[in-house]
Amino acid sequence: MAETLRTIEIECLRFNPESDTAPSYQTYSVPFTDDMSVLQGLQYIKDELDGSLSFRWSCRMAICGSCGSMINGVPQLSCHTFLRDYHPGKLRIEPLNHFPILRDLAIDQTDFVRNKLPAVKPYIIPKESQALAQGEFLQTPREMHKYYHYSECINCLLCYAACPQYGLDSKFTGPAAIALMQRYNADSRDAGRAQRMDLANSDHGVWGCTLVGYCSEVCPKGVDPAHAVNQNKVASTLDYFLRFLRPNGDKR
Amino acid sequence: MKRSNAPVFWALFGAGGMLAALIAPMLVFITGVAVPTGRLLPADAMSYERMLTLARNGFGKLALLLVVLLFMFHGGLRMYHSLHHLGFHTGSGAKAVIFGIAVLATIAAAVALLAVG
Ligand code: SF4
Ligand code: FES
Repeated sequence: MAETLRTIEIECLRFNPESDTAPSYQTYSVPFTDDMSVLQGLQYIKDELDGSLSFRWSCRMAICGSCGSMINGVPQLSCHTFLRDYHPGKLRIEPLNHFPILRDLAIDQTDFVRNKLPAVKPYIIPKESQALAQGEFLQTPREMHKYYHYSECINCLLCYAACPQYGLDSKFTGPAAIALMQRYNADSRDAGRAQRMDLANSDHGVWGCTLVGYCSEVCPKGVDPAHAVNQNKVASTLDYFLRFLRPNGDKR
Repeated sequence: MKRSNAPVFWALFGAGGMLAALIAPMLVFITGVAVPTGRLLPADAMSYERMLTLARNGFGKLALLLVVLLFMFHGGLRMYHSLHHLGFHTGSGAKAVIFGIAVLATIAAAVALLAVG
């Protein structure tokens, strides 16, 4: 089938914090074929129309998590979204909500990378360390099934852009970090739950969530962070009441 | 890190939500439609005498108290979160008012249930 070339208007948010006082919008006319993603539309702009437009991308296949942006107000991966679905309407592309803008569509993810992620200790904390010679920590498929979908997170931060709580108060640990907390808590090789519990139990842990659920709706990898938060609300509630039965109370 | 006291409210909220999902529509239907119109259930199904018997029975008392307590706390947390979503960051003030009302309603229900003997 011969490819028909159509044209779509793409409106991009432009902002350079060093020289602009406020963001503005710039519209480009982009010719496209049926198989072109929104990311390819942006690349066309950068290559052919305006080399100064800044945005992030790498894998072009929903794996690296770097191309997230607000597409007509919805947080999406631009490589995972097609121009044809918006034609003949136009497209408005903005940087992900709730994050500072570095330049145009590129946001500053420092808060997630430096604060949220390390806080949930996203690595296996074994009960006893095991010498290499003792072999690997074994796991059955059933045990893996308990955490596998949480491990599919690509840190794209669409869920943070979707989360009104994070927008209101960025101290909230947030969906992806809590999903990763659960990813390790639910891993049969991990014994670090107690170390992650203090954060989960705090107002900025799972209790910062009011179960809006939009995070799970926008997640491109089916991680379902809202479910992870809920599982940890149950765990945190049990922990809250069971400490009265524990001989040494709050000290685990 | 300070432990949140949210689990107390969340546990009551969760229990209330479960109870509401199970019986609230039926309660509304029985008390609001079926009995008042007198067509689906006899009009005296909820007569004063019958209701008094229910409220004097130990299990009846417990059921009535639980319905009031859990529904109030469930609705309370929903309202508290909704205020927050609408942009009113009222903090502990609204919390005190909302859950104060829930506590008062529960006490009122308990007193009334004891008073009917
Ligand atoms: S949970 Fe989903 S939306 Fe959130 S960062 Fe991970 S992959 Fe992206
Ligand atoms: S470019 Fe890697 S996820 Fe879109």
